[in-house]
Amino acid sequence: MSHDSATLEAVQIESDGNFSYPEDYDLDAGYGLNAGVVDYISNVKDEADWLRDFRQRALKVFEDKPMPTHWASRDLENIHFQNIRYYLAKKQRATRNWEDVPDDVKRTFERLGIPEKERKFLAGVEAQFDSEAAYSNIKDEVAKDGVIFVNSTEGLREHPELFRKWFGKVIPTGDNKFSALNSAVFSGGSFIYVPPGVKVRHPLQAYFRINAEQFGQFERTLIIVDEGAEVTYMEGCTAPKFDTATLHSAVVELVAMKDAKIQYITVQNWSNNVFNLVTKRAIAHENAEVRWIDCNIGSRLTMKYPGVVMKGRKARGEVISIALANTGQHQDTGAKMIHAADETTSNVVSKSISVGEGRSTYRGQVHIPRHLKGCRNNTECDALLINSRSRTDTYPAITVRGNQHAVQHEASVSQVSAEQIFYMQQRGLSEGEAMSLSVNGFVNDLVREFPMEYSVELKRLIDLEMEGSVG
Amino acid sequence: MTSEPDISRSLVIKDLSVEIDGREILKGFNLTVPKGEVHAIMGPNGTGKSTLAKVLAGHEDYTVTGGQVLMDGIDLLAMSVDERSRAGMFLAFQYPNEIPGVSNANFIRAARQARLPDGEEIDAVAFYKEMYAKMAELEMDKSFTGRSVNEGFSGGEKKRNEILQMMMLDPKYAVLDETDSGLDIDALKVVAQGVNSLRSKDRGFLVITHYQRLLSYIVPDIVHVMWDGRIVRSGGKDLALELEEKGYEWVKEELAA
Repeated sequence: MSHDSATLEAVQIESDGNFSYPEDYDLDAGYGLNAGVVDYISNVKDEADWLRDFRQRALKVFEDKPMPTHWASRDLENIHFQNIRYYLAKKQRATRNWEDVPDDVKRTFERLGIPEKERKFLAGVEAQFDSEAAYSNIKDEVAKDGVIFVNSTEGLREHPELFRKWFGKVIPTGDNKFSALNSAVFSGGSFIYVPPGVKVRHPLQAYFRINAEQFGQFERTLIIVDEGAEVTYMEGCTAPKFDTATLHSAVVELVAMKDAKIQYITVQNWSNNVFNLVTKRAIAHENAEVRWIDCNIGSRLTMKYPGVVMKGRKARGEVISIALANTGQHQDTGAKMIHAADETTSNVVSKSISVGEGRSTYRGQVHIPRHLKGCRNNTECDALLINSRSRTDTYPAITVRGNQHAVQHEASVSQVSAEQIFYMQQRGLSEGEAMSLSVNGFVNDLVREFPMEYSVELKRLIDLEMEGSVG
Repeated sequence: MTSEPDISRSLVIKDLSVEIDGREILKGFNLTVPKGEVHAIMGPNGTGKSTLAKVLAGHEDYTVTGGQVLMDGIDLLAMSVDERSRAGMFLAFQYPNEIPGVSNANFIRAARQARLPDGEEIDAVAFYKEMYAKMAELEMDKSFTGRSVNEGFSGGEKKRNEILQMMMLDPKYAVLDETDSGLDIDALKVVAQGVNSLRSKDRGFLVITHYQRLLSYIVPDIVHVMWDGRIVRSGGKDLALELEEKGYEWVKEELAA
């Protein structure tokens, strides 16, 4: 591989966090995006023709669609698509030495109480730790009930009928520029199928599954929960991901059949150089329930608006989200609730925290058409500002037609005032401790929705973020 | 009280001058509070009583332009707000702040935790036992441990909560800023009882008040009258009664004479 100037530039951009990776991959798709690169991915994965066509069509859609900068952040223009690698095969993963990992990163791991072996993995030093074993245990356990829990490539190969039936149906390729990008170059992500009536007792943790491979930049997840079945899926972990890749663009599709329940939990803590542009949506059939629980910390720009299309009568959708934007970060998050049947109910609770020069944006869309009756939506969005330089915006778009619905929207902006900090400091708390206690208080009621171990980690994470934000 | 106070066991305020927004509020203020004594500062509104309280705690809005404050011989003004607290300075606020979402128990626990060396953890069982006992003394319902700090508290409940925190943090010096304001007589008695239970030879109190009423329940060793940024008169507890009877105008006239 030649070391031309474009390559060097890209490596420089991608090694913002002082990381570097060797450039002697014997096999990768190279930099930039074109039909050849997409073909290359299909070849490596030995894909069926319909999927090859699907990817190629998606590439066209991606190329044709303008950047959504007419409504979104202009920072999107700083993504240089030609400087990005779109596919690295498993065996050519990046390696680096533990000695090369910056001290502050090591300290963060220590503070988070992450075991030694895991630290090396998270810093990209080690290929994997015990995930392989943990994942196969979980997989075998649920397989007894007929639950399929595999990666998307395997899902496509082993369960093509099931996969194809729903793939791209919840989120069509052309939904937005980044869903098109994902559709063209996706690899990794989970495929889950839960048969009728099966209630998966323990949450399925993508953490283990993904660790067993590698973090995907363009993950594609599809979860189908059949009639009366239930599952909780957990994605991400609170440990910061010190990834060399600057663009992450996932697509997650959920299908909840009649009477099914899906809970999808995300906790993500990206490093400051990452653009995290994710499309997540669910279809809820009759009397089904879908809950998105989403926590976003870190990244340069996150854009994510989990949605639920309530297609069957009495379907329920919920989005619970926490976003924390520190200096240099923009959390642009929200929810989309599309009511498409009678007596459907949706609930959105969003809390954002802006610290330093961090910026939070809430975008919410609620759509209830005229012909329906008995639909309900409740939206609450609360923003907390930690100093006068930080910024928060709320863009609610609520379209309700007809007069047989109940819709409620509440928004609040509060500040951690200097007097409040003074009061807490007078009791002996440092400025950082006072701020993190305030922030934890602000998100307290939502954190309770997270599984126990996540809520503990979340609290520690907030402590760390606040500590770091005190000058 | 006739002997020279021991500097290593006193809060010594010397020639303290303080400004806010370029306006001088304290003008060469002098006061020494030895451990074991309760000093009261009385005076009309706007003479700098609350400024004194805030400056001792280290509020950043106030600029010290001269003088010094020594707490047991240590330079208090060189310390940050939280350092002063951990070193033993407590301020009972006139208007305690609310902290939404943070339970009273967690707040007090965090404050106690901040006083422990790194790596040491509070014994939760002993902590709650101690706190419940102190709440009982202050006639506070147990439910206050789970409620957000001062949120939705009545005036009286907020003041009791200040005294609870004082009890739990065991300070060397406690400054009570108008703790009697907003209290009915029953609450006042309870609060005074809490303060009295903390009186000890190892603790000094500075009780700031506008009215004599509080001093019937927290009987001071010395009463000071503050006027225009300075102490203009000091005396025994009877001075408070005299003030109550004659009003602050009396001091003003005396000063003019």
